[in-house]
Amino acid sequence: MTFRKYLVLAGITVFSTAGDSLLARGMKDIGAVSLHHLPGLLLAILNPWVALGILFLLTFFTCYMSALSWADLTYVLPATSLAYVLVALVGHFRLHEVISPARWLGIALIAAGVGFVAAGPSLTPVRAHENSPESPNAVTQEVKL
Amino acid sequence: MSELYAWAAIALIVLASTTGDVLLSYSMKRVGDVGELWKRRGALAVIRRVLSTPTFPLGVAAMGVAFYSLLFGLSWGNLSLVVPASASLTFVANAVAARIFLHERVGRRRWIAALLVAGGVVLMAV
Repeated sequence: MTFRKYLVLAGITVFSTAGDSLLARGMKDIGAVSLHHLPGLLLAILNPWVALGILFLLTFFTCYMSALSWADLTYVLPATSLAYVLVALVGHFRLHEVISPARWLGIALIAAGVGFVAAGPSLTPVRAHENSPESPNAVTQEVKL
Repeated sequence: MSELYAWAAIALIVLASTTGDVLLSYSMKRVGDVGELWKRRGALAVIRRVLSTPTFPLGVAAMGVAFYSLLFGLSWGNLSLVVPASASLTFVANAVAARIFLHERVGRRRWIAALLVAGGVVLMAV
């Protein structure tokens, strides 16, 4: 794992949190969407908060695709799941949502799960690489932390 | 009632984004390390390579379904319930799907992480 790769993982965490929070802020303006007015969801994109949120989520997506090209899915997802903790904290401090003691404990468990997986290898030898003739390195490149 | 809608949205998000994650991970493993490819061939080659992988647009489509389910869920439930619940459940579903479809070696360390996150989700739904 190089410094550049850690930056990409951090990018996934930060941009997904910022994107989700901006979306939530925008959807608060729009209010509950009725099942009978689903086209209203398409118009949600016109809200500036939602638009900015989508921009952040696109940046997140680029970082995410980059990470998936050199690490296992079962490594990338938990390694970046601190985003859930961040999102709950943003919900609490910026959007004034109430977080119960049980939810705080849930946040702690998720954080512990992140620590567990991040301390292991990021890429296990997989058969998926067989179909990748232009990257012979990928097969032998078992990255250890 | 809006709780029920929020959980229905969460279930849809989990299904769609697990499908999307597996398809996208499969696509990117076929493309190979984009950093290496960028250095050798340039950014355009990376973009062309990614877009020409047939499973990539399918993965993006599944993610699109997950995204609109998320917008729907956020309009009914709290941010601090919908986002962590759906994303963490997706993570557990992904651990199973990655093992079956991507042949990733999900070792003891990763299963413990999956259980910790799953426990966290249950507590957050209380």
